[in-house]
Amino acid sequence: MKRIYAKEEVCIGCRLCEVHCIVQHSHSRNIIKAFRDELDRPSPRLFVEEGDALSFAVQCRHCDDAPCVAACMTGAMQKDEKTGAVTHDADRCVGCWMCVMVCPAGAIRRGTTGDKIASKCDLCGGESEPVCVARCPNEALVYEDRGE
Amino acid sequence: MRDSFYIPSGCAISGIMSEEGRLFGSDMIMSSIAIMHFRANGLGGGFAAYGIYPELKDYHALHMMYDSPQGKADAEELLKRYFVVRTDERIPTRPVPVVKNRPVLWRYFVSVREELKELYYDLTEEDIVVKAVMDVNKSVHDAFVASSGKNMGVFKGVGYPEDIGEFFKLDSYQAYMWTAHGRFPTNTSGWWGGAHPFGLLDWSIVHNGEISSYGINRRYLANFGYECLLHTDTEVITYLVDLLMRKHELPVDLAAKVLAAPLWKEIDRLPLAEQQKLEALRMVYGGALLNGPFSIVVGSSRMMIGLNDRIKLRPMVAARDHDMVFMASEEAAIKVVCPNPSSIWAVKAGEPVVAVLKDHAA
Amino acid sequence: MSISHLLDDYQMVRDEERCIKCQVCARQCANNVHWYDEESDKMNSDGGSCVACQRCVTLCPTDALSVRRRPTSFRTNANWTAEVQTAIVKQAETGGVLLSGMGTDQPHPIYWDKILLNASQVTNPSIDPLREPMELRTYLGRKPDRLEIDFSAYTPTVTTRIDAQLKLEVPILFSAMSYGSISYNACLSLARASRDSGTFYNTGEGGLHKDFYEYGPNTIVQVASGRFGVTPEYLRQAAAIEIKIGQGAKPGIGGHLPGEKVNRAISETRMIPEGSDAISPAPHHDIYSIEDLRQLIYALKEATAYTKPVGVKISAVHNVAAIASGSVRAGADIVAIDGIRGGTGAAPTVIRDNVGIPIELALAAVDSRLREEGIRNQASIVVAGGIRNSADITKAIALGADAVYIGTSALIAMGCHVCQKCYTGRCNWGIATQDPDLVRRLNPEIGTRRLKNLLRAWSLEIKEMMGAMGVNAIESLRGNRAHLRGVGLSDTELNILGILPAGS
Repeated sequence: MKRIYAKEEVCIGCRLCEVHCIVQHSHSRNIIKAFRDELDRPSPRLFVEEGDALSFAVQCRHCDDAPCVAACMTGAMQKDEKTGAVTHDADRCVGCWMCVMVCPAGAIRRGTTGDKIASKCDLCGGESEPVCVARCPNEALVYEDRGE
Repeated sequence: MRDSFYIPSGCAISGIMSEEGRLFGSDMIMSSIAIMHFRANGLGGGFAAYGIYPELKDYHALHMMYDSPQGKADAEELLKRYFVVRTDERIPTRPVPVVKNRPVLWRYFVSVREELKELYYDLTEEDIVVKAVMDVNKSVHDAFVASSGKNMGVFKGVGYPEDIGEFFKLDSYQAYMWTAHGRFPTNTSGWWGGAHPFGLLDWSIVHNGEISSYGINRRYLANFGYECLLHTDTEVITYLVDLLMRKHELPVDLAAKVLAAPLWKEIDRLPLAEQQKLEALRMVYGGALLNGPFSIVVGSSRMMIGLNDRIKLRPMVAARDHDMVFMASEEAAIKVVCPNPSSIWAVKAGEPVVAVLKDHAA
Repeated sequence: MSISHLLDDYQMVRDEERCIKCQVCARQCANNVHWYDEESDKMNSDGGSCVACQRCVTLCPTDALSVRRRPTSFRTNANWTAEVQTAIVKQAETGGVLLSGMGTDQPHPIYWDKILLNASQVTNPSIDPLREPMELRTYLGRKPDRLEIDFSAYTPTVTTRIDAQLKLEVPILFSAMSYGSISYNACLSLARASRDSGTFYNTGEGGLHKDFYEYGPNTIVQVASGRFGVTPEYLRQAAAIEIKIGQGAKPGIGGHLPGEKVNRAISETRMIPEGSDAISPAPHHDIYSIEDLRQLIYALKEATAYTKPVGVKISAVHNVAAIASGSVRAGADIVAIDGIRGGTGAAPTVIRDNVGIPIELALAAVDSRLREEGIRNQASIVVAGGIRNSADITKAIALGADAVYIGTSALIAMGCHVCQKCYTGRCNWGIATQDPDLVRRLNPEIGTRRLKNLLRAWSLEIKEMMGAMGVNAIESLRGNRAHLRGVGLSDTELNILGILPAGS
């Protein structure tokens, strides 16, 4: 399946991927409205990790044998058989945050707005190209099938 | 009087040769060019004929045009410095009502002075003749050398070729090769020298086309001492043929590959040795590439060569029948004199058709 | 200490309605123009150190920023302009030589814009480049006057040995820009684009990094006055060698790489100490006369067993025709001429703006002179210095050039916005810098793609112009000045260019 991969050698740490992820999951899907008017706008579902010399964006790896799916007590985390993506059902989630603890990639976070449930990458719900990949100014994120 | 501005041409050309060297009259070439009447507009017509002066075949026959008696006097003085004149006379003509305002037409049978051959010991006899021709064309204002070959001559002027042929009494000559041209210039041209064929030594060129590479061909030729004074493409083609085939001794097929170079995408598909040869030719002779549409018939004492440009933007048809070879702008021009040739075909882009005088002839 | 009299060049204008405080501008500006104030939860900007590189403007996701020239309220003065006054003030405050990057920004006449092209009609059909072959292939190098043919074999073969040539699929090469003046990623983009497009790039005087050896077949290496990085291996890797006598941006003086840009990798490649300014000597100290040049040319040819063309790069100056002719006779296979609008990573502003002549005139003079002397075929001419588009290239070839070098255009394709601050080493676009945080901003994949696109677009345009003229092979356009006409040029200028005025 296609996954998002980061190319750290060309990540410039601008964090526009985070900005566009927020917009994509906001109510209005308009960047200015989302940031100015939506007080309960979502947090980004990917995060740019920065070190001394390097930066890159981290997001859900949609693991084949996902620990978060195993740990989820309500069944909100599911592995979609068809697409291979690990999906998160907000209606079922109770915010116990076991997934946050077990995720080996550190890719799930506590939501900071609304119901404060878990927040993770959903591959933009099946769009042909996730917005973080499409909008990275330096092509530091790619969406491809590496047969893994 | 002479063309001071650039004149492109759209025209009719024809060439007929006997590879056995059999002499024949002018009626075939006249019919051939006359049937293509509407490709011309009456502002230029001309012929070249080879083998017409058998008794004087060792002398260069200079066909001269003079716009004034002063031009004749000045030119003769210059010519005498280069040549010993064996005999000279008016070129015989008959009056034809539509052929008007003719210049003085004279011919001289000459040989290069011995002292000049010593003075220019590093030049061949032909080089000296070329030098003389360039000198006359450049420095004598009212004189023009129409042809300068041995045992051949160029007859041309302002008028339809049929009328020019009539005017020059071509029916009184016998030749083993005849070429003809009818001109359709897009500016008026009152100058007889501007008509085709263009002649230098025993080269004569009749040409239908326009050379878009003229600007660079001219500058390229200047490197080798050829001055293009006459603002016509045909002049440039003639000098290039002289340079490539006489001075650089390239055989016909290679000269054709310089003038109408094959495309890179074709060269790239050939075997390596052939590729390298053609690559070398294009590299070295880029300035001699003739770009733009053309079909030409080149006459010389031993060969008649027909050639189309590299993407065939002008028509040309060729035919063979026994020892006769025909080339013309239209099939009709061949069929009218040879209704059933043993082979007749459309000439391919960049591939020359060559008629060669057999060794035992002439 | 007294205060500076200098005023800011630029002001930052931020549309507060559109700003979403994403802080991209603050993260991306290497000159620290923007910052986020936590207390007031606002973005702030100080235009003082802004160089108008447009990085923040381009990356801002809501298009909230623009750079404005600070309006100057000096009294209007055609002679003592704000620019002139500022230069004097800077020098009064520093006592130093004013430096600039890129080519001269002064309004010297642009002759390309006064030369127009021909098209064929009626008597000569124009050719449609989308449907008919249109040939741009060009060979650079020394060519003989004629070919000797051996007729003894069944098929005649050429026996003349032709000297080494560079084979180009398009008549455009990438100009000399050293690794040091530009970044590793920029060099990589140029190298890959050359390889994929069938052309060459030039190392400039920066030596050749080992990682680039694989692009050797598309590399022209430079031997400049500082001889940086010149080793036998360097010469072996190259497809051709260029002796840099001068460059258009600063005729008469040597290259200059400020110490800020000399990091370890640069130091190893150039064989100089880290952090030290790399200032090349003005002349080659072993070339004080034309015969010395001949000696160096042949030394290089011997060192490479005559397998590679050896060329000479000269600035366009007053007697450029004589120098070019001398260089050809000294053995140069390619003569590259760089005009006054040539670019640079660092040059004294006063030299950049005042020394040299426009390339159009230099080209015409050199081509005519070489033809007059009958030696035009002995070397190819490549011109550089402000080639901006495919029309400039077509006109250059018609005037007599074999090919053109592009420098500034290539950089602009990769992201340069000509802010002229290359010498600071803080290029926000990752081009003229060695700072790894900035270098990564130029993704070589993107850089390569953009350069290839530029070459492709220009090739198609050149083919269109050639087709319009009824020419389908570039050798028929080369030197064919009959297809050019001048507008608004004096008789003398028309004469030097060797073209007729429009209408005749």
